[in-house]
Amino acid sequence: MWTWFHKLSSPKWFYQISGRWLPWIACAAVLFLTAGLIMALAYAPADYQQGNSFRIMYIHVPSAILAQSCYMMMAVAGGIVLIWRIKLAEMALKCIAPFGASITFLALVTGGIWGYPTWGTWWVWDARGTSMLILLFLYFGVIALQSAISTASGAARAGSLLALVGLVNIPIIKYSVEWWNTLHQPATFKLTEKPSMPVEMWSPLLVMVIAFYLVFGVVLILRLRNEILEREHKTNWVRKLIETPIESSTTSVEKTSATKRGA
Amino acid sequence: MIGRELLIAARYPAEILNPLVFFLMVVALFPLGISPEPEFLSLIAGPVIWIAALLALMLSLDSLFKNDFDDGSLEQLLISPSPIAMMVLVKVITHWFTTVFPIILLAPVLALMLHLPAEGYGALFLTLLLGTPTISLIGGIGAALTVGLHRGGVLLSLIVLPLFIPILVFSASAIEAANMGMLYNPQLAILAAMLLLALLAAPFATAFALKISINN
Repeated sequence: MWTWFHKLSSPKWFYQISGRWLPWIACAAVLFLTAGLIMALAYAPADYQQGNSFRIMYIHVPSAILAQSCYMMMAVAGGIVLIWRIKLAEMALKCIAPFGASITFLALVTGGIWGYPTWGTWWVWDARGTSMLILLFLYFGVIALQSAISTASGAARAGSLLALVGLVNIPIIKYSVEWWNTLHQPATFKLTEKPSMPVEMWSPLLVMVIAFYLVFGVVLILRLRNEILEREHKTNWVRKLIETPIESSTTSVEKTSATKRGA
Repeated sequence: MIGRELLIAARYPAEILNPLVFFLMVVALFPLGISPEPEFLSLIAGPVIWIAALLALMLSLDSLFKNDFDDGSLEQLLISPSPIAMMVLVKVITHWFTTVFPIILLAPVLALMLHLPAEGYGALFLTLLLGTPTISLIGGIGAALTVGLHRGGVLLSLIVLPLFIPILVFSASAIEAANMGMLYNPQLAILAAMLLLALLAAPFATAFALKISINN
């Protein structure tokens, strides 16, 4: 177990093994995403109150779940950086933060799009929306701090500490916002907490959540591989990789796709 | 150590006065920008004073470690045998005493100008007294992380502001409860709990952050 962990932490080994995993994870992601979308759009029945507009839930809920677990993973990577100083964790921290911020933004935007036909307003200062907004601010802080520090390892360590401080604060923020919310708005909309959601409704949701995690895995691996090549460009194995013609064409394709995703 | 910090603060009175003047100006902007009606002002007085104090405090945090970093004495303090967390705590306490305490003393005058109801004064004073040290302690982590950077000021605000939200929420609600003549002990207890937590954890995190910044 421990040797496996150590092996995984070496950028070279990770680069090689992730290259083998990548097609499988990507295929699974595409499969789940298509299945989930078809189920969500065609198979799930329309809501008796909201009609078809509720179907954005199948984007909104998975992205909200992923946004929170992304922060968790980022903070865990931060802990690994500070305790064991593993280079791969430094890179993971840098790669997760922008993805987490964009997925949080997606959750907020889809929330607004869902809210307009349902509540008649784009934005409500309810507990969940507000804590997602604060989560977005926390992501921005980590990204801004990392981009301000010039040395890669210094940026990662500062970002790790901030991510961990944020992690300690998240429950406090969450409960304070919830408490603030019940104080100011006694009548909150309870939309997703319906007592019983039929199977046809929640099974596409489950598939979509899994699909979102798989997409996250694919993006993370692509970005990590890109980052590994960039940071290890002076080592022998990367040079060899670039000199071999077949390998170099695949890496350049990956690079462009990774930057596309990043943008 | 406390003597040294106080002496430095006394030699630069502008460092004490500037946040105070900033605080005054921000508070004055609200009646000018929204409405001078006493009934309306009395509703927003507590939160406005709190937000202005928060901003003034945050601007002053930038200088917490800056001067010591620039002249190299911070590195000397870091390699000295005394524990770094203790040194951080002393710096934060002196900073709080020299910059934030005057703000707290000025707050009742501004509350008078904003027509805060008489019941709210105790709550305003107590929440500021319990809440601002927590903000200084947490902000110290941010100040330590950004100390070596050229444009640390805005970045510092960006990374620490979200962390201050719970304190603002509970302080504002304590003042609101007091205005309506209700008990505000629960909010004060939560603020005190946050202060104790910050007191325990923040100096160590700040010390760690300083080491990271020095090594960059």
